[in-house]
Amino acid sequence: MEVPILKQGEYLIASIQSALTDADLLQLRDVLVEHVGRYRSRGVIVDVTALDVMDSFATRTLRDIAHMIRLRGAETVIVGIQPEVAFSMVQLGLTLEEVVTRLDFEEGIAYLNSKKGASTKLGSSLPRRTR
Amino acid sequence: MSAKDLGISVLGADARVQIRSDSDIVVARQKGRAMATASSFAPAEATLIATAISELARNIVLYAKTGEVILKIVDNGNRHGIKIIAADEGPGIADLDRAMQLGYSTSGSLGLGLPGVKRLMDEFEIVSAPGKGTRVTVLKWRT
Repeated sequence: MEVPILKQGEYLIASIQSALTDADLLQLRDVLVEHVGRYRSRGVIVDVTALDVMDSFATRTLRDIAHMIRLRGAETVIVGIQPEVAFSMVQLGLTLEEVVTRLDFEEGIAYLNSKKGASTKLGSSLPRRTR
Repeated sequence: MSAKDLGISVLGADARVQIRSDSDIVVARQKGRAMATASSFAPAEATLIATAISELARNIVLYAKTGEVILKIVDNGNRHGIKIIAADEGPGIADLDRAMQLGYSTSGSLGLGLPGVKRLMDEFEIVSAPGKGTRVTVLKWRT
């Protein structure tokens, strides 16, 4: 089951539609890391609302995705972790560590926009000083 | 196809899922969730059960390549539970104590597998020896 990836301005949105196999998750990772460069994206939202289970493999792969995308210079935010999924992750002792999570898609966009605001301010002040 | 092959909603019926690839992991955990839900497990418990099945089935794929997950709804007179058996004829585990330690993994890709599953479930038993395969039996009672 391939995950559809939408481009919205400077952001990529990966909206998981159903249960994913390990191979699907690895493919999602590779495609996102490649697309960030191809579309010069600043941020990535991975919507896991429809994911049935976040086991050790899914958690580790999402963590890898966020770290790899950071290395490519963009931000990742995971949205839509359901209450029962959060419960089982805690029971299993799984963590997403420093990966940013937000309640839903709207909050994810708001987070990326806030990061964009910060970098724009910094970016616009630098050229002025050098001129 | 017999009722046993279909066996999801009927109490006491069991289901067997052959594990040969990573897509069978999804089949097994979805079947387990369906059986748990049909036996009135709460959604959070059904997710715990599906997650445990996912970890156990992945161990089969990673270490033994092939095996089987058997799911049974059991009844001890007072309450229902779901019993999950993950069995393979793979290389087996030489050091079970070590395999049950948090963070230990020989494949470098798991580490929370067995101890994590033990924490999720009410009962946990593992039988394994080098060259003799591995059989993990877990049970979760409905609250």
